[in-house]
Amino acid sequence: MVQILPKAAAPGIEQHDAEAVNDAANRKLYKKREPIYPKLVHGKFRLAKWVFMILALGAYYFIPFLRWDRGGGAPDQAVLVDFEGRRFYFFWIEIWPQEIYFVTGLLILGALAMFLVTALFGRVWCGYACPQTVWTDLFIAVERLFEGDRNARIKLDRAKWSFDKAWRKAGKHAVWLLIAGATGGAWILYFHDAFDVLSHFFTGGSPISAYLFFGILTFTTYTLAGTMREQVCTYMCPWPRIQAAMIDNDALSVTYRWDRGEPRGPHKKNDSWEGRGDCIDCKACVVACPMGIDIRNGSQLECINCALCIDACDDIMKKVGRPTGLIAYDTDINVEKRQAGEKPGFRFVRPRTIVYAVTLALVAAVMLVALGSRSTMDLNVLRDRNPNYVTLSDGSVRNSYTVKIINKTHEPHQYRITVEGDPALHAWLLGQEDGDLVVTVEPDRTTDFRLFAALPQDAIDRASEPLLFRVEDLVSGEVQVTRSVLQTGYDR
Amino acid sequence: MAEHNHKDEVTGVDTTGHEWDGIRELDNPLPRWWLWIFYACVAWSVVYMIFMPALPAPPGFEGFTRGLTGNSERVNVAQQMADLQASRSANFERLQNADFQAIESDPELFRFAIAAGRSAFGDNCATCHGSGGGGAVGYPNLNDDIWLWGGTFEDIRYTLHVGIRSDHPDTRFSQMPAYGRDQLLSQSEIRDVTQYVLQLSDQSFDAAAAGRGAEIFAMQCASCHMEDGTGDQAQGAPNLTDRDWLYGGSAAQIEATIHRGPYGVMPSWEGRLSEPMITALATYVYSLGGGQEDGGDEMGAGGQ
Ligand code: SF4
Ligand code: SF4
Repeated sequence: MVQILPKAAAPGIEQHDAEAVNDAANRKLYKKREPIYPKLVHGKFRLAKWVFMILALGAYYFIPFLRWDRGGGAPDQAVLVDFEGRRFYFFWIEIWPQEIYFVTGLLILGALAMFLVTALFGRVWCGYACPQTVWTDLFIAVERLFEGDRNARIKLDRAKWSFDKAWRKAGKHAVWLLIAGATGGAWILYFHDAFDVLSHFFTGGSPISAYLFFGILTFTTYTLAGTMREQVCTYMCPWPRIQAAMIDNDALSVTYRWDRGEPRGPHKKNDSWEGRGDCIDCKACVVACPMGIDIRNGSQLECINCALCIDACDDIMKKVGRPTGLIAYDTDINVEKRQAGEKPGFRFVRPRTIVYAVTLALVAAVMLVALGSRSTMDLNVLRDRNPNYVTLSDGSVRNSYTVKIINKTHEPHQYRITVEGDPALHAWLLGQEDGDLVVTVEPDRTTDFRLFAALPQDAIDRASEPLLFRVEDLVSGEVQVTRSVLQTGYDR
Repeated sequence: MAEHNHKDEVTGVDTTGHEWDGIRELDNPLPRWWLWIFYACVAWSVVYMIFMPALPAPPGFEGFTRGLTGNSERVNVAQQMADLQASRSANFERLQNADFQAIESDPELFRFAIAAGRSAFGDNCATCHGSGGGGAVGYPNLNDDIWLWGGTFEDIRYTLHVGIRSDHPDTRFSQMPAYGRDQLLSQSEIRDVTQYVLQLSDQSFDAAAAGRGAEIFAMQCASCHMEDGTGDQAQGAPNLTDRDWLYGGSAAQIEATIHRGPYGVMPSWEGRLSEPMITALATYVYSLGGGQEDGGDEMGAGGQ
């Protein structure tokens, strides 16, 4: 058997016959997708990505099973979006629908954090944390497990169908489906009690929405991470475009230092490195790239800054005995400065990053204060406007109010209502005329009470008497106050 | 019309031949994802037509294609209404024949009755009494502590059953004569009585005329409105000494009322609303603030 020796870029280093298939110049409308066969690399960024993947996926699958005792009849799942009960539980925090602004605040925080990180270090979200990246990485690892690394996969795809090819392909897709199913399965655990869902899911006893979302997420995970991969980032995702707006000249991004690399070309043994660049044109960076591009063409929209080409090239540089970092986190400005013989530098403190950081800190502080002063009770007083006021037979004037008290605790609480205003004012509750206005609200409930307030005729000297409603939680001692008025119809 | 197959110089793409004021439409292919979604929608619409009601019957036939599921929103709504009714039936059953004590002592039932009563009030009563029961000239305010026919829970419920001057055989009934129109009193006598009524209700009055009016009042009016003008709920005769006037309290308005003899009508709700619903309505009206406890204690008097 004749073996064609691969071309060498340097002694012992293969020159890959690779093309950057997803490079903008190589993409044509209606052209069939050309598969990308990323080659496994080793290095610090690859290691960081593995670690992050394990942590992220571990958290995703494990969190629904965490328990948090809330007492009462409340669910004991630490993180739970309870649509039926209309609550969002997050460890010690419990969010009611009217407090959805906490979630808004969280989203704002997330967005600002992304802005800041992007302005500092470029597309780290895309490279490490985006679910598309994490799951695609995992799917590629599975692919590698069944079909081997890049060259083996290419060979397998070109080979005729055989038993070997069939079981490898079938095995890969089976494991993909399993992971996709687990992804969709874990998703629904966040919306219903995790143990409950698990025990009923396989017998058909879960809510229909659980199966629906399981189906949707399984399908999207399988297609997006298994078959669409780089196309999601290149065509579908708005984030690369948004991130492009966040990035300025000083933001770090994975950069090929052409000042050092060019002119590129294969390097023969004992050749001098004088007068030539360090890039031996081995294309290790191209074959490592999951996005199917060539970083040496400069920073591109397709590049998710996963840094795998850095690991690939560093490996090569070590082998040929040149300093690592031919591809590195850097800025184009620095490359140009080096080219011009100036000293490169990084500017992390810039007006943009200061503004982001300060806004981020402010929003975080506001959120913390709001969360800290969050009460276990809420008060709302609505005055009847129809009729606006009622004149009684003795000439006194009465207004009616709906007092809404929200008990956010998990035990029934008693509350004392007091209405402060004119000393002649008399206030009472429907069905309870005398004594203290003390009411009970069941746990986790909002209850309306009908309250009347009247002013005798001789105490009326203006059209609108200001009132102050105080409600004191007799259990916790917490007090909530709100203002209202008593309309008298006085017009002299 | 521009010629087809014109090539755009900038992009090198064919145009469709459509042109508007020199703007040409490029004949770019549709994105493949878009096409797939489009095909999927077409397929979905076929499936939908097979399973769901979709097409009108051809001319000459009645109705429409029903689809394999035979789904009908009309039936669904009826079902939902029935379910809703069923879910409420337990509470309605408890309202049947319930007395106020029983309702008030059960907070859940009390709330239910008020909520049901509020919606029935909006549908049936608000036209005359106003959406919050605030009343209008000729239509009593149901929020205050002034009741023509009594303001206890049972009084209110009975009034709802039989109505006032309605066609119910046991309707609450009384009739004030139209003193002017039927010429039972002369114009000047009516004016004198008016002055006396003004005196009764603590308004400014003409003493001489009121003195003459007092005699007429004793003869004509006191049998229903009582000697002191405080009225009689058994006859639905209003108290003339308070500040509340169903038909207005100015001299001209009182005079007009005596002249024509008002005849306000409220329909009987027996048979039109279910028994529990009438109880719910009574609970709601009672809870507006003017309801009076059985011994005459007034809830609405502000405890003065
Ligand atoms: S940049 Fe590095 S990995 Fe890429 S071709 Fe040049 S030497 Fe090889
Ligand atoms: S060019 Fe490098 S950093 Fe960019 S996507 Fe490809 S491997 Fe990742």
